[in-house]
Amino acid sequence: MTPANILSVRNLSIAFGNRIVIRGLSFDVHAGDDLAVIGPNGSGKTVLLKALLGLVPFQGDIVWSPAARVGYVPQRVAADRQLPLSVYDLLAAKARFLKLSAKEIESVAEIVGLSRDLLHANVGVVSGGQFQKALIAFALLGNPNVLLFDEPTASLDELAEERIYELVAQLRRQKGLTVIMVSHDLSVVHRSANLVLCLCKDRPCLGPPQEMLTPDMLAELYSAPPQYYQHQHDHRGTLTGTGTKL
Amino acid sequence: MTPGSETYSAVLALLFAIAAGMVGSFALMRRMLLAGDVISHIALPGLGLAFLLNFSPLLGGGTALFLGTLLIWQLQKKTGFTTDAIIGVVFAASVAIGAVLTPKEDLVEALFGKFQQLSSPAFAAGVACVIAIIVFVLQFKDQLTLSLFSTELAAATGVKLNRLNLYFLLAFSLTVLVGLRFMGGLLAGALIILPATTGRRLGRDIAQFLLFSCTASALAVGLGLVLSNYVLHTSTSGPTVVIISAVLFVLSLLKTPK
Repeated sequence: MTPANILSVRNLSIAFGNRIVIRGLSFDVHAGDDLAVIGPNGSGKTVLLKALLGLVPFQGDIVWSPAARVGYVPQRVAADRQLPLSVYDLLAAKARFLKLSAKEIESVAEIVGLSRDLLHANVGVVSGGQFQKALIAFALLGNPNVLLFDEPTASLDELAEERIYELVAQLRRQKGLTVIMVSHDLSVVHRSANLVLCLCKDRPCLGPPQEMLTPDMLAELYSAPPQYYQHQHDHRGTLTGTGTKL
Repeated sequence: MTPGSETYSAVLALLFAIAAGMVGSFALMRRMLLAGDVISHIALPGLGLAFLLNFSPLLGGGTALFLGTLLIWQLQKKTGFTTDAIIGVVFAASVAIGAVLTPKEDLVEALFGKFQQLSSPAFAAGVACVIAIIVFVLQFKDQLTLSLFSTELAAATGVKLNRLNLYFLLAFSLTVLVGLRFMGGLLAGALIILPATTGRRLGRDIAQFLLFSCTASALAVGLGLVLSNYVLHTSTSGPTVVIISAVLFVLSLLKTPK
């Protein structure tokens, strides 16, 4: 790992039983990068984030820089609606566990724009967009310098989703965060990411968005039937000159 | 027996009530409340053996509970089943073995408990257990809360889930163990269940929830002991305490939801 690397992944393989989700993946992330992870459903995007957090077993090496403090925004949390737990209680539990002052709760609430009403609302009753904001506030507690962000689910309407992405971009600018974001929204990826990691079983690729998000690549990633895939495989030989073959 | 050892019993019973209220509150939120009832039954083979071979029922019950808890934890890790499924398996076997082992004349005491004098060492051991439980809940309250919300986020925050689950199960079993003698193998878990449901009705957040559960629990034990000793003149204290707990829950239904 070079000094500027905040994360170094080598030969990462993840399998659940017989099903291999990720095979032999290697990549580096530098401080300040905005890495978008894209790929079809089931390609292991969420699993990759979980492996980076040590939440699922894996083979290979995942090395975080000692300076890395990681915050995680999951795709969804199936919170029990019966829990007598307000957004504030949740943030306070994390703050006390990490021995942070109560001021930090106010600070992240302000950054994310959690209203007082929302802070004191039960976690089971807030709307999808508000819940996502609460999760971002939760991730930001403890002053992380890396944010792992799994894309909000389809439960968010487009406007709310746009606001969430805008918020993350703003955080990155203001706090110099390194962002690793799983995303389906390619326009967002194109606009904000400086690196794109495409996950597909045989040949994951890494490169800048303008080189990665070509029509050919996307056709292959998202909609190609197997035989078409083979055909594209040859074609992509030219692409790997621009993207980095891993 | 030392003089005043009945006072020891009463003090320990009240402390137990507070521990049961706390553990019960989190057990309710973890949806493993019924396990309280069931896990107490796991003590039955140990109790039966103690009565049969004439050694301390607390030791017998405690050993059975401890081994049962470890077995549940191991089986849970191995099978990936939820706690309730595993407890269900271990419990059925325990009740059967307990019923076969316990001599007939001791069966009522084993099942429904007996309020009796406590020796100083037994009192000290009981108090140490109860304090350990209360300290555990207070110390791990935030980790338990985080894991209730999302085990994944809790783990990502640094909570050691496996360890937390083991500690919680141990606290849970220890609570049952302390209550075993005066609540009985069938009802020791009831004090984990009933006051927690009352507390949940009355409390708006986790702190209030805990407070109301403990209050309901202590009230049930206090009133139950007084009633069974001075009014009903029976040493079988478990059923009285549980009936009062149930009455408190019914009373909590009078509160209209907000």
